[in-house]
Amino acid sequence: MKPLVPSLLLLLASTLATLAETGPMQAVLQEHRELIVKSSRKTIGPAIDAVASSGLPEAQSVLQAWQVKNMWMRKSDGLFFLGEKIDAKTYRLIDFDSGDSAGEFPKRALKNIKPNSGIRAMIGTALVQFQLLDPEPERRMAALDAIERSPDASLLAPLRNSMEGESDAGIRARKMRIERLLTIAHGTGVDERVEAIEEMSTDLGVDVRAALNPLTRTEVKAFTGEIPDGLNVARSLVPGSDGLPREEAYALLVATGLAPAMVGREEIREALIANLEQDSVGGAQAGELGTDQARMRAYSVLAEAGMVPPLVTGAEIDAALDAHVFAEIYAEASPAITAAAEAALARIANRVGFSQGVDLALDALSLASIYFLAAIGLAITFGVMGVINMAHGEFIMMGAYTGYVVQQFVPNHTASILIAVPMAFVFTFGAGVAMERLVIRWLYNRPLETLLATFGISIALQQLAKNIFGTQARPLTSPGWLDGAWVINDVISISHIRIAIFVLALAFLGIFLFIMHRTRLGLETRAVTQNRRMAAAMGINPDRVNMLTFGLGSGIAGIAGVAIGLYAKVTSDLGADYIVQSFMTVVVGGVGNIWGTLLGATGIGFLQKGIEWFNPSNTLAAQTYMIIFIIVVFIQLRPQGLIALKGRAAGD
Amino acid sequence: MSQGVLAKNPSVLTFLAVLGLFTLGVTLMSEWAGTEIVSTSLVKTLGKTLCLALVAVAMDLVWGYTGILSLGHFAFFGLGGYMIGMWLMYERTHGIVVSSLAEAPIPPTEAEVVAAIGNQIFGVVGSSEFPPIWAFADSLALQLVLVVLVPGILAFVFGWLAFRSRVTGVYLSILTQAMTLALALYLFQNDSGLRGNNGLSGLQNLPGLDHVPQSSISIWFFWASAGALALGYVLSAWIVSGKFGSVIRGIRDNEARVRFLGYPVETYKLFVFTVTAMVAGIAGALYYPQAGIINPAEIAPIASIYLAVWVAIGGRGRLYGAVIGAFFVSLVSSWFTGGQAPDVNLGLYTIKWVDWWLVLLGLSFVAVTLLAPKGIGGLVDLWTGRLAPDRHGADLGPDAGSLREAEAEQ
Repeated sequence: MKPLVPSLLLLLASTLATLAETGPMQAVLQEHRELIVKSSRKTIGPAIDAVASSGLPEAQSVLQAWQVKNMWMRKSDGLFFLGEKIDAKTYRLIDFDSGDSAGEFPKRALKNIKPNSGIRAMIGTALVQFQLLDPEPERRMAALDAIERSPDASLLAPLRNSMEGESDAGIRARKMRIERLLTIAHGTGVDERVEAIEEMSTDLGVDVRAALNPLTRTEVKAFTGEIPDGLNVARSLVPGSDGLPREEAYALLVATGLAPAMVGREEIREALIANLEQDSVGGAQAGELGTDQARMRAYSVLAEAGMVPPLVTGAEIDAALDAHVFAEIYAEASPAITAAAEAALARIANRVGFSQGVDLALDALSLASIYFLAAIGLAITFGVMGVINMAHGEFIMMGAYTGYVVQQFVPNHTASILIAVPMAFVFTFGAGVAMERLVIRWLYNRPLETLLATFGISIALQQLAKNIFGTQARPLTSPGWLDGAWVINDVISISHIRIAIFVLALAFLGIFLFIMHRTRLGLETRAVTQNRRMAAAMGINPDRVNMLTFGLGSGIAGIAGVAIGLYAKVTSDLGADYIVQSFMTVVVGGVGNIWGTLLGATGIGFLQKGIEWFNPSNTLAAQTYMIIFIIVVFIQLRPQGLIALKGRAAGD
Repeated sequence: MSQGVLAKNPSVLTFLAVLGLFTLGVTLMSEWAGTEIVSTSLVKTLGKTLCLALVAVAMDLVWGYTGILSLGHFAFFGLGGYMIGMWLMYERTHGIVVSSLAEAPIPPTEAEVVAAIGNQIFGVVGSSEFPPIWAFADSLALQLVLVVLVPGILAFVFGWLAFRSRVTGVYLSILTQAMTLALALYLFQNDSGLRGNNGLSGLQNLPGLDHVPQSSISIWFFWASAGALALGYVLSAWIVSGKFGSVIRGIRDNEARVRFLGYPVETYKLFVFTVTAMVAGIAGALYYPQAGIINPAEIAPIASIYLAVWVAIGGRGRLYGAVIGAFFVSLVSSWFTGGQAPDVNLGLYTIKWVDWWLVLLGLSFVAVTLLAPKGIGGLVDLWTGRLAPDRHGADLGPDAGSLREAEAEQ
């Protein structure tokens, strides 16, 4: 010890000497030199606070240098400097206060201050108050991000200070919001916190709920006799009620050491095995212990001998439960705050529920548009012409692959989609016409065989697509302006692509109505559908009309394929995934009526989303129940579909 | 069976003779008999094909004779497989669990055994509780009853609802397909109680018969399948002969007319639909122990459509046509997809049949529907000289093929 004392004295002397000639920041650092050099997370706090609260203009730059390991200590006199690397062995030291160079030094004459990650995080927190006032908006935003990541009581004051001078309206709003949230969690007075809670109770943000939830956290506790005063009791519980089953109540007593543990089947078995001696335990042979009663008997013998803890009887459990009172206790001590938080959460839950309902309806609407898109081609070929085309799904798939192929040649996504839509129409129109000429027209009065023949085409086309494009999914990338979503609030949002599909579905509805009711082809189609012979007698060529109508239905399926491919992966099974739903859409709505198809798609979309709402994690179950529901409703209530054709048009 | 049936259907005797010879031949050439010309795996394939032929006969009864294009009969087939699979899996796991627990110092209680079995079977779907539908899994007799009962009840309820509402034709086909899809989707869930998409596996091992080699088990199942096919065939022949058969053919050709003649059309259809579903269930119960595994993908709607494909290619409206179709398509299919078919080198491109078989099947299916609606069975007509009457006008097809006035006078 002896030699140390003079050296310490010397050090003190030199420190005092340097204090006189160095700036105020150096003085602050010197005051906490030992802590800084020791660099331990547990003890560094005062040093960082001292720098941060020194009020000196250099505080920020010192902390930043410290954080990025650029602070060096000169070994000769223990002064701290900003180090600047000249080469591997030489550093230039710069004085924190004056910013002047203090000369160049070899590395071995210096000690680098290397804060560990915990300390760096603490420095980062201390830096936030400076960043909040930074002239750069990005830095201020970054500081707010940091606060949101680790909301700390110490940040409340600097945050409030920074709010007044904030020039950017957006950042100012965000600062105020975070200030409210911080106040809820770390405000000093009860009134202040309650006020913040009430103010935020109209906000749907997840962060608000995250701030409020800890306040309403409760714990079930058991007390002997009365509940002590001073606790914030949420409610008292009776064992055996819904809130607290008897088993849980007793388990709580066991966990807090207020009652002996129950001996379960597993413990009995293990105790018996542990006490097995020469194949016998508790007066029973090991081989006899294959029933619960025998094990119980053997265990009681052991318990009487004091070798194992005794069984807890039902009466003992009752007595233990009667002797204690149970209550849910808030972790937060102030009743005013917990009451306000509960009320705010209830209000938020109401609003969230409403918003979720709206969101669900939007989801259902977009699903309905997808079903409608997939089914509208079928509404023509099946609904109007009465041809069961099981290859309809494969026309959708062909449209999607057309989009994919076009994108291989046209890199601009917007242009490629604009080219792909007419290409898909032309391509699938041609395929549809070919199929009608080669297969379907021979089978017009044999609907079941049409079903099978088109199914044959369907498996051939699917396999063909697999052979050409492989089994893995191909991307059909949507243009940039379709990315993103339309966000209404924190709960309600809908992606642009779904809006586009909705618009497309509406457009198709319009096109369909226009063609069927305003063009010659539509007129002829309706005429041929109603009475083929009479139409032929009027000079309409039924073969040509059938061919064009079928081509039209197939072409629309192709366009739908491009749209569906944009949000789903393009695979050879793409169409097969929609075929059953498409047929159900047409059949449920009522064959031969586009409004029926619209109604069918809407009904199925809403029904599926509605069922999913009950059990969001399980879409398979939702689909199952939806199909069963539709089957039952359809065959029981409206076998002709929701909108049935009447009179002669219904045909038979 | 009565003399009348066989007299009206001379083909039944021929069929039974051919089936008997086939069974005898395969048995003598099998590994079990020591000759090993036919490998055990081929015996299994042939046994499975016999089961497929049985379900095809059922399909022919419901489609070819009654005119109901059911796209759900493979679901009944799968349900039969699931029912027997539950017992096989339970008993086998029971054996494994009991032997492993026997090493513990004290014997297990009944509850511990059941819990351990549950853990073994349902561990894969993150559960260990036995769902209620496994209540009878420990009883072979009850599960065998369920093999018939579950498809039967499902078909009865569905058919009762559908036929009563007079849903016919393609609507009925689409509804049966939707039912199949719903069933498959339901079974795909992990909490359906049937192990989700893992399905039931290890069914080829019969509980308590671990010492019996697979060559013997396979030949037993082969015999059982052949016997079931023979019985099912005779039953179907009996159903389609006589008055009942005439009525259901009448329903196929013109349902309204039969109804106006005073026959309870719905009851006839419901009977055929339910009975064929039960037959399909039995076929499935024999099929899946030979396949060794069953999962919901087997029930997917596509399987039922393939069933219709077999019957159509074989020739519907004749029972042996269904058997021929099932044998022909499934064996040719496994020949092509098994990589045994030689590749065709076209210079620029080599046709690998593994990739192109489905294209060929699809197109040949279209060709059969268009050009040869009678299917392969139509060749028999050529041979026996039983040709369709020469009709004027377009071919109306089998569905509309009732005799016309002029033909009736001949």
